[in-house]
Amino acid sequence: MTVETTELSLPSRIETVAEAASAVAEFVTRSGVSDDAAFGIDMAVREAVTNAVVHGNRQNEDKLVAIVLKNLPDAVEISVHDQGPGFNPNEVPDPTAEENILKTSGRGIFFMRSFMDEVDWFLPPEGGTTVRMLKRR
Amino acid sequence: MAELNIAERQAGDVTVLDMNGKITIGEGSVALRTAIRRLLEEGKKRILLNLAGVGYIDSSGIGELVSSYTAINKENGQLKLLNLTQKLQDLLTITKLLTVFDVYESEPEALNSFK
Repeated sequence: MTVETTELSLPSRIETVAEAASAVAEFVTRSGVSDDAAFGIDMAVREAVTNAVVHGNRQNEDKLVAIVLKNLPDAVEISVHDQGPGFNPNEVPDPTAEENILKTSGRGIFFMRSFMDEVDWFLPPEGGTTVRMLKRR
Repeated sequence: MAELNIAERQAGDVTVLDMNGKITIGEGSVALRTAIRRLLEEGKKRILLNLAGVGYIDSSGIGELVSSYTAINKENGQLKLLNLTQKLQDLLTITKLLTVFDVYESEPEALNSFK
């Protein structure tokens, strides 16, 4: 069976977040997921691309954010890759811990994990960070 | 069209900001920050955010709400939220912020709570 795949490569600027979300929304509509799932995917993609642009590539427009969308038989898979120094999600504190509730940042990964069924980070040999997210149908 | 439109009105000594659009990283978050800073500079410290028209918010927007809340509290003011959409209410619930913010579904009730 052929897996429908879409690949995007976008510059590291804030506007890329909305651009990526719009492309993913089109892909997700074609994939036939529920409205609730589509909302969750949209939230997670915006957070993942924000992290790639801001924390990974530090808004250096010479660096790209690569996004791969796959329409699998039982799920939609989205990977976001940056060209930053590498990221360890375990270093991000729990934003719902009492001492962190009033922090003004640090909720993006929490949202990604809340809205997707699987979220994993990889440090590929060519550098940067890839986050792979799966939403089952 | 701007990502977030903010209209200001006065109800007694409470400033109501009617917000329409998205509070997301970049323009939307900056618009909220700028509006709150300006109100504080003008000495307007009792602020009600009417979020009925805010259909979308991301972690940056949530962070900006928290930042607004702490900035206003620091000035001995009060920030309250009105008319949250179900989605925003869900996000504030999972982040445990619903227990931090004073949230209302009725404007008269919200305005009375400042007294």
